[in-house]
Amino acid sequence: MSDDIVNIEVDGKPVEAKPGQMVIEVTDNIGAYVPRFCYHEKLSVAANCRMCLVDIEGAPKPIPACAQPVNEGMKVFTKSPRAIAAQKATMEFLLINHPLDCPICDQGGECELQDLAMGYGRDVSRYNDGKRVVKDKDIGPLVSTDMTRCIHCTRCVRFGEEIQGKPQLGTTLRGENVEISTYVEQNIDHELSANIIDLCPVGALNNKPYRYSARSWEMVQHATVAPHDCVGSNLFAHTLRGTVKRIVPRVNDSINETWIADRDRFSYEAIYSPDRLEQPRLKDGGEWRDIEWEDALQAAACALKDADSVGMLASPSATVEEGYLLNQLAKHLGTSNVDHRVERRDFSDQSQDPAFPWLGCSIAELEDQEAILVIGSNIREEAPILAHRIRKAALGGASVNFVSSEKYEYFFDVDNYLSGAGIVESLSSDDMKPVLEKLEKADNALVLLGNIAGRHGAFSAVRGLAADIAKKTGAKLGTLSPGANSAGLSQAGVLPGEGLHAGAMLDETLDAVVLLNIEPDADIHATTDAVGKLARQKFVVALTPFISDALLEAADLLLPIGTFAETSGTYVNVAGTWQSFGGIANPVGASRPAWKVLRVLGNLVDAEGFDYVTSEDVLAECKQAIGDVEPAAFAGSASGAKANGEDRPSEEIDTPLYSIDALVRRADALQRTPAASRADGEGEA
Amino acid sequence: MNRVISYFKTFALWELLKGLKVTQTNWFRKSVTLEYPEEKTPQSHRFRGLHALRRYPNGEERCIACKLCEAVCPALAITIESGVSDDGTRRTTRYDIDLFKCIYCGFCEEACPVDAIVETRLHEYHMEEPGQNIMTKDKLLAVGDKYDAMISADKAADAKYR
Repeated sequence: MSDDIVNIEVDGKPVEAKPGQMVIEVTDNIGAYVPRFCYHEKLSVAANCRMCLVDIEGAPKPIPACAQPVNEGMKVFTKSPRAIAAQKATMEFLLINHPLDCPICDQGGECELQDLAMGYGRDVSRYNDGKRVVKDKDIGPLVSTDMTRCIHCTRCVRFGEEIQGKPQLGTTLRGENVEISTYVEQNIDHELSANIIDLCPVGALNNKPYRYSARSWEMVQHATVAPHDCVGSNLFAHTLRGTVKRIVPRVNDSINETWIADRDRFSYEAIYSPDRLEQPRLKDGGEWRDIEWEDALQAAACALKDADSVGMLASPSATVEEGYLLNQLAKHLGTSNVDHRVERRDFSDQSQDPAFPWLGCSIAELEDQEAILVIGSNIREEAPILAHRIRKAALGGASVNFVSSEKYEYFFDVDNYLSGAGIVESLSSDDMKPVLEKLEKADNALVLLGNIAGRHGAFSAVRGLAADIAKKTGAKLGTLSPGANSAGLSQAGVLPGEGLHAGAMLDETLDAVVLLNIEPDADIHATTDAVGKLARQKFVVALTPFISDALLEAADLLLPIGTFAETSGTYVNVAGTWQSFGGIANPVGASRPAWKVLRVLGNLVDAEGFDYVTSEDVLAECKQAIGDVEPAAFAGSASGAKANGEDRPSEEIDTPLYSIDALVRRADALQRTPAASRADGEGEA
Repeated sequence: MNRVISYFKTFALWELLKGLKVTQTNWFRKSVTLEYPEEKTPQSHRFRGLHALRRYPNGEERCIACKLCEAVCPALAITIESGVSDDGTRRTTRYDIDLFKCIYCGFCEEACPVDAIVETRLHEYHMEEPGQNIMTKDKLLAVGDKYDAMISADKAADAKYR
């Protein structure tokens, strides 16, 4: 017998387990299902639902499998008469107070209690007294409550304490009277808060925007990828008759585990926003009128063909395919004025940019770092899933340090937080000494540049200083990137090379400008007064899913394109993982996937090789063209860089959680959260 | 010999007389057919005809949009869209039954937890325009309102067998 193996027997079969494992983990591994409500593999053990009682030889009573560590020679019976009797008795107690309103409950059809009641419940109740009724709480615009249905498994409570780090829900009173609540009536407020919807095994906590709109059995599940941050969280979209009804997480332990950010979950609302552009529009003598696709594409092609100078800007959340086609189009038109870095202000050292913005390690490896320095980042808002990983590292004993001009709130012990001054100033100050020591001492250390640093007026100086720190301390250097696909677009070559970069492009007067999924007022930070500068260009074609006042002012031709749900494509996340997804929803109005629009534009301007039939064709050609790109960190140093911009406070250049892109700006529920109200300066909701 | 007998039978109109005997014996029997539409056969209270949506006595719709009827319908004749109503309850925003698809099996009625969708005894209806085969929520509720007394009586008559 070796020390790291414990031999036990489950239902008569010998099984090898690791010491310290709970019985339920072992039975799960071999597929012997034990019913449970409170146990969740990502949360601590509570053992308060008593549903997982199993029979263990020698034990006087049935024992909860989730709280019983394995012992050598243990004999577990999951289906013995005593175990089944105990489970049935537990179920009978649970159903005493649980209402039988499955037909109106949104959880009906996907409810753990309902499923298990089919196997363990009695067909007739022996209970004739009144049932408990609990007042519903209003906990915000994302999660609806029906607290009468609660079975007090406390998964949501443990989620708040262990995953969010910010306990918001808790139990009050005892026994029969116990209630889950926020203590003082308030909205739950965390970027991961809506995961309690998936955790709740019954219908007590449910999805508020989705409320009563569909049933789990009638929807079709499609795998897709989150389009908001550089993490690329894996999602399932549930559609009913071609309409996205809700988004739930898709488990991927190397990226998002079982969690997704609230904005990934609720941004689908924007697909059906009244702002959707449903028909191509042309500005004709100052007046906008709807036109047919054929005329619109001809108008765009004519403008591009006749133009001597062309500029193209893509959103950092455009897919690889869209980026590649845009680039091919630009090549045919003989221009290299193509860029996706619309958020960047400082391009002075762009020649030293690595092949693509890289995290410096895989997403899962973030947890294993012993020291982390995050520079210029509001990481909880920029990439909530990465913030969660960093929190896990901190709980595991890592030293996590922050440098930014504003101070943001984190729910773990931050080792050093340098704020109050500009980032460049802080990085060069003596206060950095303890941070450097920590980084130097650690075997596994990471210096991470955030999106605030990326938008910083003196990005080259910040990046140079960060590279110097990394070099000096032997730490890895990583970076976050704006949008969902900065890494993919960099590799696909949506970069200007010798041409005009995003900051300089609009200062020129160009004959034609193409905007891909960009709202000039909110998305472009590379230059000031982007709307005014665009309005002065001769002809601006905007491929956009949404209409906004700024676009109406800046553009001359609007082409409606689909959102992430209506197009197929590929995102590359900040760890370099390529993730393709298919179109899942029916297009809204006459909108078309952007890659198809670009393909037809290519045909109309007589570009060679624009004969793709599917987006996979585009992807295959793109992959062949770029080959294998090795992730690499920025190799420059601070010596060449100078602070050419002001060392500005981050507040001005931080993009709040629910304003990062056109989708979340139009997601109604997200805009009613406390986080959105704070960003609007309305104070606590 | 048989041929000779058959020859004489033919001339004696024997087959005709045999037929007339059948007519004569039935002439005095009680008739089993009815003069529809003036006369009608008796109907079971379980007759499955035109659908109706019912209300509670206070006028509140019974249907709670649980979509069990839609799920159980073997002919996929039912289409439901649901949402939150003004008073916060779960209600249908659309409830369509396609009478061309419906096979009148009565599963919807069986599946309904609140006795909202029922099949009435009505079977004498017709359509004149395309699209009239779709029974919308308004039409179903109107049928329910109009024949409420009949539906209630039928349900009461069947209650002791459930």
